[in-house]
Amino acid sequence: MGTLITGRVGHVVTKGLDTHDLVCDKPSIAGSVSQRACVFCGSRVVLYPIADALHLIHGPIGCASYTWDIRGSLSSGPELHRLSFSTDLKEKQVIFGGEEKLYTALCELIDHYKPAAAFVYSTCIVGVIGDDVQAVCKKVEKEKGITVLPVMSEGFQGTKKDGYKIACDVIAKLVGTGDDLPVQPFSVNILGDYNLAGELWMLSEYYKKMGVQIVASITGDGRVKEIRNAHKASLNIVQCSGSMIYLAKKMKEEYGIPFIKVSYFGIEDVSDALYEVAKFFKSEQLEEKARQIVIKEINQIAPQLAEYKNKLQGKKAALYVGGAFKAISLVKALRMIGMKTVVAGTQTGNAEDYKILREICDEGTIIVDDSNPNELSSFVKQTGADIFIGGVKERPIAFKMGIGFCDHNHERKIALAGYAGMVNFAKEIYETISSPVWQFVKR
Amino acid sequence: MLLRHTTSEIKDRTALTVNPAKTCQPVGAMYAALGFHGCLPHSHGSQGCCSYHRTALTRHYKEPVMAATSSFTEGSAVFGGQANLVQAVETIFAIYEPDIIAVHTTCLSETIGDDVNQILQKARDEDKVPKGKYVMHASTPSYVGSHVTGYANMVKGFASYFPVSTGKKLNQINIISGWIEPSDMREIKRIVSSMGIKFVMFPDTSDVLDNPMTGKFVMYPKGGTTIPEMLSTGDSKFTIGLGHWATTDAAVALDNKCKVRFEVGDLPIGLRATDRFIKLLSKFGTASVPESVNDDRGRLIDVISDMHQYLYGKRVALFGDPDQLIPMTEFLLDLDMKPVYIVSGTPGNDFSSRMEKLLANLPEAKYKNGANADMFLLHQWIKQEPVDLIIGNTYGKYIARDEKIPFLRFGFPILDRIGHSYFPSVGYTGALRLVEKMLSLIMDKQDMECPEEKVELVM
Repeated sequence: MGTLITGRVGHVVTKGLDTHDLVCDKPSIAGSVSQRACVFCGSRVVLYPIADALHLIHGPIGCASYTWDIRGSLSSGPELHRLSFSTDLKEKQVIFGGEEKLYTALCELIDHYKPAAAFVYSTCIVGVIGDDVQAVCKKVEKEKGITVLPVMSEGFQGTKKDGYKIACDVIAKLVGTGDDLPVQPFSVNILGDYNLAGELWMLSEYYKKMGVQIVASITGDGRVKEIRNAHKASLNIVQCSGSMIYLAKKMKEEYGIPFIKVSYFGIEDVSDALYEVAKFFKSEQLEEKARQIVIKEINQIAPQLAEYKNKLQGKKAALYVGGAFKAISLVKALRMIGMKTVVAGTQTGNAEDYKILREICDEGTIIVDDSNPNELSSFVKQTGADIFIGGVKERPIAFKMGIGFCDHNHERKIALAGYAGMVNFAKEIYETISSPVWQFVKR
Repeated sequence: MLLRHTTSEIKDRTALTVNPAKTCQPVGAMYAALGFHGCLPHSHGSQGCCSYHRTALTRHYKEPVMAATSSFTEGSAVFGGQANLVQAVETIFAIYEPDIIAVHTTCLSETIGDDVNQILQKARDEDKVPKGKYVMHASTPSYVGSHVTGYANMVKGFASYFPVSTGKKLNQINIISGWIEPSDMREIKRIVSSMGIKFVMFPDTSDVLDNPMTGKFVMYPKGGTTIPEMLSTGDSKFTIGLGHWATTDAAVALDNKCKVRFEVGDLPIGLRATDRFIKLLSKFGTASVPESVNDDRGRLIDVISDMHQYLYGKRVALFGDPDQLIPMTEFLLDLDMKPVYIVSGTPGNDFSSRMEKLLANLPEAKYKNGANADMFLLHQWIKQEPVDLIIGNTYGKYIARDEKIPFLRFGFPILDRIGHSYFPSVGYTGALRLVEKMLSLIMDKQDMECPEEKVELVM
């Protein structure tokens, strides 16, 4: 069985062997068993954590079923986002249009749940039958007196990344519509953390200890009111650049809010994230506080990490994650615990990030864009990886090959961000690699 | 409480589905196609559909699930998906080397009006399909029916495409399996074999989605109905379909094409449905019932009689798919339990008529299927008058937790427990397992919650 589909060759480079630039930002080839999803999926995951809003999916039932409570985006308050609402379009609406059904459903929902705002997601079929979703939203908005925002996320329009952008545009419509949150001098918005396993809460603690106010989290543990006030913050801190850099740029244009790109994975990166914020505010006081936090946290985890490093020295990791920015952090974090990244792949990385990824990887590392199970399994075999880091569709492949697995996607159950997260990460990697089960498998 | 918004007062909902008790057609088509050896399911639509379905199946089976996609773009949505599909067929045979590509459609490709039959013919005419390899399709618009409909349509697709009648009948019967677990399919094969009957069963996901760990990733596991087996079904002497929703269309198609007579029965879940299945086998497989089968039955009845005092009068809410719910309701009644609330998102008029007959002596029972029959409604009923047990897929856990009701996971999808892939719930042994699980749940609750003086050592 050949490993690479013709046309896929450019999407793979081995550092030190190949000289060509990695091809990325392209739709998948028809017929490939791609691990990617669609525009709707992109928009849905970005907006999903806004917990006090109503999320109504306008389309046949599937699009709502598959996105019902599938991400561990935790909320400290309302949990309306965890329910699944669908217009459940039938043949009749496909022929005669679904606007009326959408209107009725929206009204029923708003009456019953009294949400802070409503998002209406348009799916593939709605784009084709030509429902005027925007008009229905406008009408309901007027009648019910709450913000109703259409999310024009027809699946076929592009890749998941395009869906992120559409979601950002929707959020941008909310930003600047509120002026009812008091804002302190050192104030920020956190962009692109989705509070998986409560990670946002850990990060907020660090910033709060420094004396930095978080105006809005977009969108982890998100609230409509905070997002409306987000324009009042002095700085945007962007994580998961793939999904949120577009919003950050937009807010810079419209409100003059500068942004910095950070990552919270791994000691180096999370420390940088704190220092960068202090540096931005040009406050020695902040810088000193950041330093204290960093020293205290590192001292606290250093002995544990050293122990794991000892045990994991020389182990090899293959990783396949959503965006290249996360991959970069992971390569660094793995290095810190003595491990080598032998495969680094992403679903939706961009050229800029891939360049950095290539720079920081070791010679011989395979770097791949928009991969598939065949490729991934042959890369694992070729490199003799001891562990795979990826998402739900990669997990059983890794296990079938008899190697460890760490979920670094939305199904992760333990916090991997921040300092405590780094220990969790090392612990999880160690536990899965050293599981006694692997001794019973011939590799 | 996650479902704190649910009220006991029921208002009319005309347009809205809240917390669906179903999903869309293509995921069923994908599952069915995986039950054929060397088959790669192909989703003709946007990339997300394929990704969602693979994810859903992977979460349920904890196994790799392979499927390709036409990766629609804006251009394909406007100009049609022909180019994508033809290219996909070529790419798939070149790289993934399946024996069969089973194409299913999506709401998108259906609505823009792609003629998949014609497109695949074009692919064949252009020699994109290597010799000895097959590409077939099923139409599975997501806005019609449910995931069960998709399963039925794909099985019908196989039953229309492969069987050949050579004019010489074989001494074998066909068994068309409904949407059940790999463990169930394995158990059905065990039962039929134990009766000495020659048969072909399709689809068959055992040894596909319950694979042993080998240290290797294989694209096409060893299980699944083979092409020669499928071709031979046209010469079989009879067809037994298991599950009306999932298999009737396929049985009819096979009869129309190759004149193989058929009878469709319930899934053999519980005592009486299994009795009927054994009777069908015995009649059309011309076989006597072996002692081992009678013993299985005897053990089940023995356990029920030992423990019936713990089951008597227990009120049960169940949800899922009609093919499962009908025999399950019947079984609960045989256990002297009260299946009071029954909900299925899958439409079909037979559901009501079957339930009406089954529940004739249980006036408090409420049941609903099709539009607006969702988890929200089920929860409202439970709020009005509680139950002792909930039976259904993982999505029941919110209600179970909020209302503190024991919960038996049964159906699709099960995202948070294992076992369904390995231990059957069909046949007499499967029924025994169901009884054991129900008893454990009910008795565990009693042990944990009864007043101290009432804790019993011997139960």
